[in-house]
Amino acid sequence: MRSTEGVRSGWFWPDLSGIRTEGRQNYDLPPFLLPIQEWKVMSDKTPLYDAQVALGARMVDFGGWEMPVNYGSQIEEHHAVRNDAGMFDVSHMTVLDLKGAATRSFLSRLLANDVAKLREPGKALYSCMLNGAGGVIDDLIVYYLAEDRFRMVVNAATREKDLAWIEEQATGKELTLTERSDLAMIAIQGPNARQKAAALLPAEQAESALALKPFSAAEVGELFVARTGYTGEDGWEILLPAELAADFWNRLNQAGVRPCGLGARDTLRLEAGMNLYGNDMDESTTPLESALSWTVALEPQERDFIGRSALEKNKADGVDRKLVGLILEGKGVLRAHQKVICAAGDGETTSGSFSPTLGCSIGMARVPVACGERCEVEIRGKLLPARVVKTTFVRNGEAVG
Amino acid sequence: MSNVPGDLKYSSDHEWVRLQDDGSAVVGITDHAQGALGDLVFVEAPEVGSVVASGDAFGVVESVKAASDLLSPVGGEVLEVNSALDDTPEMVNTDPYGDGWLVRMQPSDASELDSLMDAAAYEQFLEDVD
Repeated sequence: MRSTEGVRSGWFWPDLSGIRTEGRQNYDLPPFLLPIQEWKVMSDKTPLYDAQVALGARMVDFGGWEMPVNYGSQIEEHHAVRNDAGMFDVSHMTVLDLKGAATRSFLSRLLANDVAKLREPGKALYSCMLNGAGGVIDDLIVYYLAEDRFRMVVNAATREKDLAWIEEQATGKELTLTERSDLAMIAIQGPNARQKAAALLPAEQAESALALKPFSAAEVGELFVARTGYTGEDGWEILLPAELAADFWNRLNQAGVRPCGLGARDTLRLEAGMNLYGNDMDESTTPLESALSWTVALEPQERDFIGRSALEKNKADGVDRKLVGLILEGKGVLRAHQKVICAAGDGETTSGSFSPTLGCSIGMARVPVACGERCEVEIRGKLLPARVVKTTFVRNGEAVG
Repeated sequence: MSNVPGDLKYSSDHEWVRLQDDGSAVVGITDHAQGALGDLVFVEAPEVGSVVASGDAFGVVESVKAASDLLSPVGGEVLEVNSALDDTPEMVNTDPYGDGWLVRMQPSDASELDSLMDAAAYEQFLEDVD
């Protein structure tokens, strides 16, 4: 066997571009097919590493982190989250606290979405962080804790460039940036996730955590509980001191919350129509071309965020590409970087996998704006028909559309 | 630890071969391979009657996370493919050496099988790559 197509670097296969041998760089080889010296690089471990290995995690290198790809069956883990409760170690993600009087005005300039929407402490906002050309440096969630205190969670693979960019923009401003690498992060997701997790908390804490509205967070004892996620299901993302993480993880496991790997995380987010940074958008694409227009606040017009003028020009000139969902008809599996052929021109898939909920292959693709309802995707030299749909395939356990 | 039955031959591409009494050879992927690939969702088998050389890509197995070429461990003619995998590709995960077999071939040169690994050699091979 030889791997021909997989998920690109930036996801659960490491970026091997620099260390692959000649003749192999066109392949996305899973580590097991590579001689050890080609992929074994120094990896960081999260505070949950040992706890996960003890539960049977199959670890892979993910952007310099040793993370579980699955615990046996990715599909069973996927269904556990859709139908019951699953948990993910997302401690590799970068948590950044911003403190100081100038924080809100700083974020108002830094982010394409408008932090003025954050009126009540605890509210969360999803946003892109753009460069001057309107390209997406990263996507993130920002939490409003107090008028002088915000918290941001950004991607792990983009940590260095994000921190460098944010520090550069913050120069001379009245705020301090603190990376919270002392915290672990567990995402508990699924229709029964909150109830199962709440049962482990003292009554008073459980009550305040269960009272959280969607896209809100609260500091509950030593925990920071946010009703957010990356699966399309209800649930929490919990930040907690690293030294408490393994015990909490094991108690969640005993309470029937199934440990899940990055594999299920990817199929869940894809079904939910949530973009993956580095796949579905990056610095070469704007949010307007990435099905993320809803996250760009162009009103009020006087808010001069980074990338605004480029997006306005992009809009005035006419956006010529868009990100859509694809449902493959017939046998095969969509993967990133397959050619898409539609009447209006060619495009390319940005993500693709098998959808355990729908029982067929789905993906995202960047195509000409005039692309109609049908297209063909080239998979290993064959053209297979696909339906063009919105990027959301599944929400709260149910197929959409 | 993955299961490596003693009565099979193995390729370095993680395929197994079982020589039948009638001289035909059944081919599948090993327990190690299915475990590393994860849940299989699609098997693209070669055409019955096609003739392949040893090492040719003659099919594809796709899991949720990746697609992998099947490289023919021996040269010969494809006699039969496991059509049950069209609807239940997960049998490759649950029973890689039994119901999850992929193709049956008529080796053009049965001595090619001698160049494959036996179970002990494949177990050692797995240890070396891990």
